[in-house]
Amino acid sequence: MSLTVLKPGLLTTLQDGGRPGHAALGVGRAGVMDWPAWRLANALVGNGPDEAALEFTLVGPTLRFERTTMIALTGAITDARVGQQALPGWTGCIVPAGSVLQLGGMRDGCRGYLAVRGGFALAPVLGSRSTDLHARMGPFGGRALQAGDRLAIGDGAPLPGLATIEVPQLLRWGLDPQPWFDYGRAPLALLRGHHFHQLDDASQRALFENTFAISKDSNRTASRLDGHRLNLRRPLELVSEATVPGTLQLPPAGQPILLQAEAPVTGGYPRIGQLAAVDLARLAQRRPGDTISFRETTLAEATQRLARRRLRLQRLLDRIERRLESA
Amino acid sequence: MIPMWPALQMEPLAEDALLLRFGEAMELSINARVHAAAARLQERLAGIECVPAYASLLLRFDLAQWSDGDPLSSHRRLHEAVLAALQDGPETVHGTREVDIPVLYGGVAGPDLDDVAAHTGLSVAQVIARHSAARYRVAMLGFAPGFPYLLGLDPALAVPRRGDPRLSVPAGSVAIGGIQTGIYPQALPGGWQLIGRTPRVLFDLAAASPSLLRPGDGVRFRAIDPDEYQRLAAAESRR
Repeated sequence: MSLTVLKPGLLTTLQDGGRPGHAALGVGRAGVMDWPAWRLANALVGNGPDEAALEFTLVGPTLRFERTTMIALTGAITDARVGQQALPGWTGCIVPAGSVLQLGGMRDGCRGYLAVRGGFALAPVLGSRSTDLHARMGPFGGRALQAGDRLAIGDGAPLPGLATIEVPQLLRWGLDPQPWFDYGRAPLALLRGHHFHQLDDASQRALFENTFAISKDSNRTASRLDGHRLNLRRPLELVSEATVPGTLQLPPAGQPILLQAEAPVTGGYPRIGQLAAVDLARLAQRRPGDTISFRETTLAEATQRLARRRLRLQRLLDRIERRLESA
Repeated sequence: MIPMWPALQMEPLAEDALLLRFGEAMELSINARVHAAAARLQERLAGIECVPAYASLLLRFDLAQWSDGDPLSSHRRLHEAVLAALQDGPETVHGTREVDIPVLYGGVAGPDLDDVAAHTGLSVAQVIARHSAARYRVAMLGFAPGFPYLLGLDPALAVPRRGDPRLSVPAGSVAIGGIQTGIYPQALPGGWQLIGRTPRVLFDLAAASPSLLRPGDGVRFRAIDPDEYQRLAAAESRR
C-alpha cells in the first residue's frame, strides 16, 4: 500500500503533532501548523491521534494511490479532483486504486492537510514523523516531498465492499469548517511580552492599532511582519533564552517576527508579545501578503479560550468516531 | 521568591510555558544555577520539559495535567510546585561528565584562525594553546540539534562575528563568536569565526543518546594533527 508523489506542489511535508521532549538538545518540536485541521483530517479517516498527514502550502501536490484508499482533506479550501470528479474538503473520500488526485490552488487560506486511513508507515525520528525542514530531521531526511517519492500507507481497518469501486465515493456527511477555519479576518489575540515596555510609546500603540502584512519571507519557522517599523526606547543586549511558537520577536531592523511551528529552540531578540496558542492555527492560514492585526489579550483569557477549544474539538472527535463506527 | 534563589524570577511565557530567570548575563555561576534547577525540577516534577539557556530555564507543561479543573489554575499550581521543589535543593550543580573534543586547528579546517590571531594580537600558537587550555561548560544547546554554546572562553580570545556570514559552515567546525565558542554539528549557515574542526560526530540519530553533549557537561578541546584527525574521522565513520 502506498502513494506516489507525481508533483510535489509548492511545499508539501509530512507532519504530526511534533517532536516534544528534546529541546534541551537543540531539537525543536516542529509538527503541524494548523493543529485542529490535522487532527480532524485524521479523525475523518478513522485514524488515532498520532498519525502523520501531508501538509501542503498554497498549491497542493498531485498524488497517485496504488490501492483503494480512504482520504480526507481539511485546512485551506483547496481545488481537488480525481479525473473530472471534484472532491470536497472536510469529509471522508474513498479513492479507487490507480486514482490520481490533483490538488490545485486554494480559494482561501494557506495550508491544507491530507490524511490517509492507516496513516503513513514511515519510521519515526525521535518519536515523531514530523518534518523539521530547518534541522533536516524527519521522514525523507527532513526535506519537503519531491516528485517520485513513494509513501507507504499503514494497515487501516478494511473498508468492506469498497475494494472494487471505480470512482471516488464520499461519506454522506462532512464537517462544517467554519469553527475550525478562519474565514474572517478578526484580529489575532496577543499577550504582552517581557520586553513590551521597552518599546517606545508610539510602537506600543502601533502594535495593537496598526495592521501588518505577512511578508513573502515567511515560512514554517516564522511569519515576518511588514508594515509599521517598531522601535525600542534604547537598544537591548540580551542573552538567548528559550522561545516557543507564537513568540513575537523584534530584531534590530524593527520588523517583528512571529515564530511558528518550527520555532528555533532559543533566541536572543527582544520578546514583545506572545500570540494566544488558540490563534496559532489562524496565523498558519494567513498567506504572504495577507494583512493581520493584533488585539491585546490576557493569559487568563487565552488559557480559557484554549481549554474551551480543546473541549469542543474533543467532543467533535468523539462524534466523528461514533459516526464512522455506525457507518 | 525564596532566599536560596535570590535572583529567581518567574514569568508566564505562554499558556503552557513558564520561564524561570536566574539573571541577565552569560556567566558560569548563573548558568550553573540553571542546570541545578533543571536537574531538580526534572527529578521532582513529572512530565515537565525543561529547556535550559544561559540564564533562564523554560518549563513546558501539560495544561490539563496541571489544572485542577479550572484551566487558569495550572500556572499557579506549577509556580507553587517549582518553589517547593527548589526550596531545599542545591543552588548550583556541576555536571560530572567531561567530554574531550579533539580539534585540528587552522588551515582548511580553521580558515579564520589567522584572523583571530591578528585581531587578538596573539600568535596562532598562543590562540591554540589558550583555546585548548580552558575548561568549558555546555551552557545550552540550540540553533541546530546538538549545537553546544560553550562558556569559559579565555577573554583574550573574544572576537566579533564575521561581517559576512558563511552560507555553509562544514560539520565539526569549532568556532568563536564574541565570548562564546561552539561546534557546528552539521553543515549550517553561520557567522562565527572558524578556528578548527573536530572529527567527532556531535549529533547522531542512530546513537542511544543522539547528542554527544548535554547541557551542563564539561568540555575540553585537545589539539590534534592531520594524521590523528584522519584516524579519528575514520573511526567515527565505522561506528
